[in-house]
Amino acid sequence: MTKKKDGLGALDQVAGNGLMSRRLLLGRGAAIAGAAGSLALGGTGANAEPLKDDEWGRSQGTTTKEVDPRSRFEDKVKRTLSNPNGEPRTQHARTPHHLLNGTVTPNHLHFTIVHTGAPDIDPAQHKLVLHGLVKQPLVFTLDQLARYPMESRMAFVECGGNSAPLFSPEPVQATVQQIHGLVSNAEWTGVRLSTLLDEAGVDPRGKWVIAEGGDMSALSRSIPLKKAMDDAMIALYQNGERIMPGNGYPMRLLVPGYEGNMNVKWLRRLQVTDQPAMTFHESRNYSPVLPDGKAFKFYFMNEVKSFITHPSFGTTLGEPGYREISGVAYSGGGRISRVAVTADGGKSWADAALQGPVNPQAFTRFHIPWRWDGSPAVISSRAWDEAGNVQPLRSEFVAARGETKEPVKNLLGFPNQHYNSLTSWGIASNGEIKHVYI
Amino acid sequence: MSISKRAGLFLAACLVAPAAFAQTPQLGTKITEVDVGAWAITVLPDGTNLPKGSGTAAQGAKIYEEKCVACHNTGGKGGPYATLVSEAPLQGRGIEAPKTIRNFWANATTVYDYIRRAMPWPQPRTLSDEEVYALVAYILEQNKIIEPGTVMDAKSLPQVKMPNRDNFIVKFPDKI
Repeated sequence: MTKKKDGLGALDQVAGNGLMSRRLLLGRGAAIAGAAGSLALGGTGANAEPLKDDEWGRSQGTTTKEVDPRSRFEDKVKRTLSNPNGEPRTQHARTPHHLLNGTVTPNHLHFTIVHTGAPDIDPAQHKLVLHGLVKQPLVFTLDQLARYPMESRMAFVECGGNSAPLFSPEPVQATVQQIHGLVSNAEWTGVRLSTLLDEAGVDPRGKWVIAEGGDMSALSRSIPLKKAMDDAMIALYQNGERIMPGNGYPMRLLVPGYEGNMNVKWLRRLQVTDQPAMTFHESRNYSPVLPDGKAFKFYFMNEVKSFITHPSFGTTLGEPGYREISGVAYSGGGRISRVAVTADGGKSWADAALQGPVNPQAFTRFHIPWRWDGSPAVISSRAWDEAGNVQPLRSEFVAARGETKEPVKNLLGFPNQHYNSLTSWGIASNGEIKHVYI
Repeated sequence: MSISKRAGLFLAACLVAPAAFAQTPQLGTKITEVDVGAWAITVLPDGTNLPKGSGTAAQGAKIYEEKCVACHNTGGKGGPYATLVSEAPLQGRGIEAPKTIRNFWANATTVYDYIRRAMPWPQPRTLSDEEVYALVAYILEQNKIIEPGTVMDAKSLPQVKMPNRDNFIVKFPDKI
């Protein structure tokens, strides 16, 4: 077998333009590490400088604090804000996926959308009432709920309008954060909603649960009883600590895999009804318009989707050679079953390795080794879920859902909702990365 | 204790338990629908929970000038915030066509529900039920959805036919 300069054989290539077998990440990891090392030497043509003891290692370090701040070198890892001065309109904060790794979004970087600011709720005074078509209406304090059996689960929460700039007929030049920053993933801990509904005793006429928040606009959404009884949760904790104010402190509804707006924050009221309320948000914002002028209603589920975070727009590839392509995949339809990656603009695809555990309705990180030879490349990812749903190609998506008439200029706008097609990055010989369509 | 004895006791426990939910903590405090009272603001499309009272566009116009015009502009034409009155069509303007009450909303009850719960920004839930009826009548009349002078109340509002009501497709019927 012919060995390339980096020590990897030609047979390790499984798809065009240098994509290598995901198996190299498993059984032959040592070989890759060694190869990368030898490549670095070969690439620079110089030896490393002699090592010396660093200044920071020869003096007393910082004093430990009760709540740890990040390294001062990580200040650039932050959310981007749509309304930093809190003007009387919606405020969005987007997660910097291109600067993070793994699957858990740190709490202070979890995306938020708040329409009237986050209310300053006193947890000792907050109440959750459950009423409507039930045998016995009930009201719960946080302390009462905290005594229930707790359940933890990973779940992504994604705004139904996330990725909206990709409705543009021309690819917007923007980071993963700007394009896909309105999705995040966390471990949520709380009480199954079905437990509370069973205690209240749902009337057979009950088909919907209207959830309402304690924010200034008393934001409300209609949740099908089917989902409420299946896997919905009154979440009290986010990644082990109480939920952040912007994510609904002290409690939010979690409807795994359903559009973020339905995961009502600052939850204070649940009303069982025989019909949907057709609230403002479900009547207007989250009913996407179709090319023929009709519109979908009750879209609810965020469908299977993936995007490459590393490398991506906003960074530049250095010298050619070995590197890894990785990103996140998730689906409201269940577990991710497969992610394929291309490096030649979709001519050939190779399966990426999925980092386990693969949880339903949660981020799954995928990886695939890649040997970039320094020539132009177009990388993209495509995901499948366990229910058999597949992330649509752009041509398929546009045929069904359309594009905007003019190129999207405002990256903060929402020309439409529920985009789940591919995101592709074009890499030039000089390592520059552009957003492209394939 | 033998396995069969234990199984027998378990079976007995199941027979004694009145229902499955008896095994959950049941820590909620009982409350009556009357006491949910001030929080129960949701209006359903069939008119359920619409309050007593009524209003007309003429009454609504005065309230609009006082409490709404600063954000929604003269006659609801929009700016700096949402357009409330517009005859601009939805169809033929692409997937990004601005959605308005006239060209998009399927239920007139939504107008009542949203004004009552969220308006006027930033003093929500300060309007009387009658004021909300009047503002709803004003907005629907300006949009030429109801005949001039139509009184809006718990009976008439749910019967208003919104122009775009038949243009919706349920995306996931099996999820409902």
